[in-house]
Amino acid sequence: MIAFWTLAPIMIICAFGMVLARKAVHSALFLAVVMISLAILYADQEAPFLFAVQIIVYTGAVLMLFLFVLMLVGVDTADSLIETLRGQRALAAAAGILLAVLLILAIAQTTIGTVVGLQRANLDGNVPGLASLLFSRYVFAFEVTSALLITAAVGAMVLAHRERLTPKPTQREVVLQRMQDYAAHGIHPGPLPGPGTFARHNSVDTPALLPDGTPSELSISRVMRARGTVRSVAGEAAGPLQIEAPDEESEGGEE
Amino acid sequence: MSPTPFLVLSALLFSIGAIGVLVRRNAIVVFMCIELMLNAGNLAFVSFARQVGNLDGQVAAFFVMVVAAAEVVVGLAIIVTIYRTRRSASVDDASLLKY
Amino acid sequence: MSHLLYLIILIPAASSAVLFVGGRLTDSWGHLMGAAAPLVSFVLGLIAFFQLRGGSAPSLHQHLWTWIGVNSFQVNFDLLFDPLSALFVLLITGVGGIIHVYSVGYMEHDERRRRFFAQLNLFVAAMLTLVMTSNYLAVFLGWEGVGLASYLLIGFWQQRDSAAVAAKKAFIVNRVGDMGMALAIMLMFHAFGTMSFAGVSRGMPHASGATATALGLLLLLGACGKSAQVPLQSWLLDAMEGPTPVSALIHAATMVTAGVYLVVRSHFIYAQSGAAQTAVIVVGVVTLLWGAIIGCAKDDIKKALAGSTMSQIGYMMLAAGIGPAGYAFAIFHLLTHGFFKANMFLGAGSVMHGMNDDVNMRRYGGLARIMPVTFVTFACGYLAIIGFPGFAGFWSKDRIIEAAFTSSVVAGAGAMIGAAITAFYMTRLMIMTFTSDRRWAQGVHPHESKPVMTIPLIVLAICSVFGGFLTLNGWIVNWLTPVVGPQGHHEAPLASWLITVLVLVMLAIGIGLAYLFFGRRRIPEEQPQRVSPVTRAARADLYGDAFNEAVLMRPGQYLTRALVFIDLRRIDGIVNGLAALVGGTSGRVRRWQTGFVRTYALSMLGGSALIVLALLAVRLG
Repeated sequence: MIAFWTLAPIMIICAFGMVLARKAVHSALFLAVVMISLAILYADQEAPFLFAVQIIVYTGAVLMLFLFVLMLVGVDTADSLIETLRGQRALAAAAGILLAVLLILAIAQTTIGTVVGLQRANLDGNVPGLASLLFSRYVFAFEVTSALLITAAVGAMVLAHRERLTPKPTQREVVLQRMQDYAAHGIHPGPLPGPGTFARHNSVDTPALLPDGTPSELSISRVMRARGTVRSVAGEAAGPLQIEAPDEESEGGEE
Repeated sequence: MSPTPFLVLSALLFSIGAIGVLVRRNAIVVFMCIELMLNAGNLAFVSFARQVGNLDGQVAAFFVMVVAAAEVVVGLAIIVTIYRTRRSASVDDASLLKY
Repeated sequence: MSHLLYLIILIPAASSAVLFVGGRLTDSWGHLMGAAAPLVSFVLGLIAFFQLRGGSAPSLHQHLWTWIGVNSFQVNFDLLFDPLSALFVLLITGVGGIIHVYSVGYMEHDERRRRFFAQLNLFVAAMLTLVMTSNYLAVFLGWEGVGLASYLLIGFWQQRDSAAVAAKKAFIVNRVGDMGMALAIMLMFHAFGTMSFAGVSRGMPHASGATATALGLLLLLGACGKSAQVPLQSWLLDAMEGPTPVSALIHAATMVTAGVYLVVRSHFIYAQSGAAQTAVIVVGVVTLLWGAIIGCAKDDIKKALAGSTMSQIGYMMLAAGIGPAGYAFAIFHLLTHGFFKANMFLGAGSVMHGMNDDVNMRRYGGLARIMPVTFVTFACGYLAIIGFPGFAGFWSKDRIIEAAFTSSVVAGAGAMIGAAITAFYMTRLMIMTFTSDRRWAQGVHPHESKPVMTIPLIVLAICSVFGGFLTLNGWIVNWLTPVVGPQGHHEAPLASWLITVLVLVMLAIGIGLAYLFFGRRRIPEEQPQRVSPVTRAARADLYGDAFNEAVLMRPGQYLTRALVFIDLRRIDGIVNGLAALVGGTSGRVRRWQTGFVRTYALSMLGGSALIVLALLAVRLG
């Protein structure tokens, strides 16, 4: 009761938010709220298995998939507010409201009768109850659905597969290219040192110092550089490094 | 408690989802609205399962979820492919059936 | 001979068929076969005639075949050779044969001569069908056949616009008459269940007065069309566009007399209806005066003779309308008219031949010396038609005027005045053509015609002179009694000899006046324009054409134009409007296909909302 009346307004508001949000990511997040609220409502209606599955599968997998694709497709894209089709919004609202009114009318007019409740069905537990139904009466649908899942997975792979447009460069070609880059632009041909090898501090805004004491530009994010939030290591990197006792060493750099 | 409030809520969510499908132009957001409609249907199934007293409704909701998942997979793969070729995910781009 | 009757019709028909189908292959000898065919039929007809005369049977029959046999609708194609049809057969094939021979010479320089003979033979075959069959429907077959042949022959010189128009006019006016005949035949079938002469004759005494009058009037309408009587007279003068042999054969001797044949043959119908008989008499009197007045003002020699034909047939109709007292005289005058009119037409053709085909009498004059044979034969015909004592026309016309007086004084008086006018215009014609001073055009050298043309003239002139002896001892009356019934005795208001004297007086007046106007004065070469209203009216055919145009043609044209307007603008407008409506609507509806998925999704949502609404309405309502 309480769950329902608390969650119902939230769900409605989030549904509207999902429909009306400008950025797609916001829509996804609103949908996540709706889905979790639904899970709670399932739990309220004596469907614990569905409660779990809703969160794990729907919110956790399907919605995350949505977010992945959103990021692939363009997370910054925002729908413009101008409606290109004349009268589409008005008509859509009208049809939607009409549908809602009719459905609610239909619901209001039906006599439901007494609620039986799932106590008897859940006697052995909700999961065994579901399982017994699934593998007896609905086993054929179950098998077909599994085939569907396999098909869907294979289909997604086929659809998302990208063919190579250029031939894969061989090892020799890679080496030659690297040597050329080094000769022309001075780019280091070998692998870079691992993260943390030359770090002096474990904060991202402090550059690492190369063996000759100069700060390495490669260790700082471009964004930070652009923003200008990089600490300077002038104090430490000026001259040749002296190896001192660990407890006398000063950490970090003076400002 | 009687399932009527749940059903009303389900109807409202369904309608909102339907309006969303019609109004949004981004294909992925349209897809999300469809997911909302499916969820509203699931809620109705579960409510009725409780009212009737057997678990058939929950099994149905379960199957809906499975199929929805498969559908989302394939649908999003399609959107990705289209986006790769067209550089746009707008639903209004597919209008070759215009008079 | 009964079993050979069909040959009389078949020979000209076969000749016509061969000449039509054979085409140019038959050009070299076609005219000879075409001329021989009616003469062979004449010989056969003569044999049958003598057989009929000598034998005891009232008529010769031959059943050919059952033409139409559908339940109660039975029409037999039977040939009937009785006294009436015998006379006609002899007239058609005899005079027709003479005219065919004449045509060999007259059409010598025409390259389509073979075609001419094919059409002429077709005419003879159709006319023979008309007079020899014993069923009204078969008569109608011949009736239409002669109409067709007339159309073809009037428009023989197709390249002339005036000829084509005249042919159409003849056919169309005839059609009006044909409607009357067709309706009469249908009425006969409705009333009696049969259309044979014998069947209708049996049924007439039991028919109602209204049926008899209706039949009489409808047949009269048909006769008016074919015989160019008022009100359907306008085509005859235009029909002179055809070659002169055509005018002679069809529009003088034979086809135009088919109407008289019809009335006489249907005597059993007219016997039952006084009103129809009166109508026939009125038509006859009006037409004889009408034709005579027109003939007075025409400068075209053929048109003057055509007016004369109209008038003489009016005499025949008058006689036929009188009843049994007049039938024999009508046929008598028909025969004599056939002789002298054909004679005069062929003579006119001979004159035209010598004058380079000029028909204008104002450019004739003084031809008596140059063309003596033509002049003498023409004079024989002239004396016959005016009724000069002793010649053929004297006997036949006088009898008619006498019979007219027994019927009504007005009719008699009209016939007598007609005689005077006839004398007037025929004398005018003779003076202008033969006896007056020469008014020839440049380069015209008239000469007598070849023997192939003059011999037929001589033969016909002899018939014009001696044809009157057919009435000796009342032979013709006795001959036709088996067909039309006994003549009966009628009291005339005037004595017979008094009527004859009066007619001779009329004759003298007519000849005298003509001599005064035309013999004494110089005949102007240009048609004088300052003339009396009567002359102007006569030149305009007594406004017959004007009347037809104003009362029939103009309204018909307006009606046609109105109908075309309705058809094009209204009906087509509706149809096209429907198409435009559909097109426009589809153009509008087409725009609903925006191609956007969201529009389609909207329609789906709207549709599902409506379905839910419907379901609810059903459930809750």
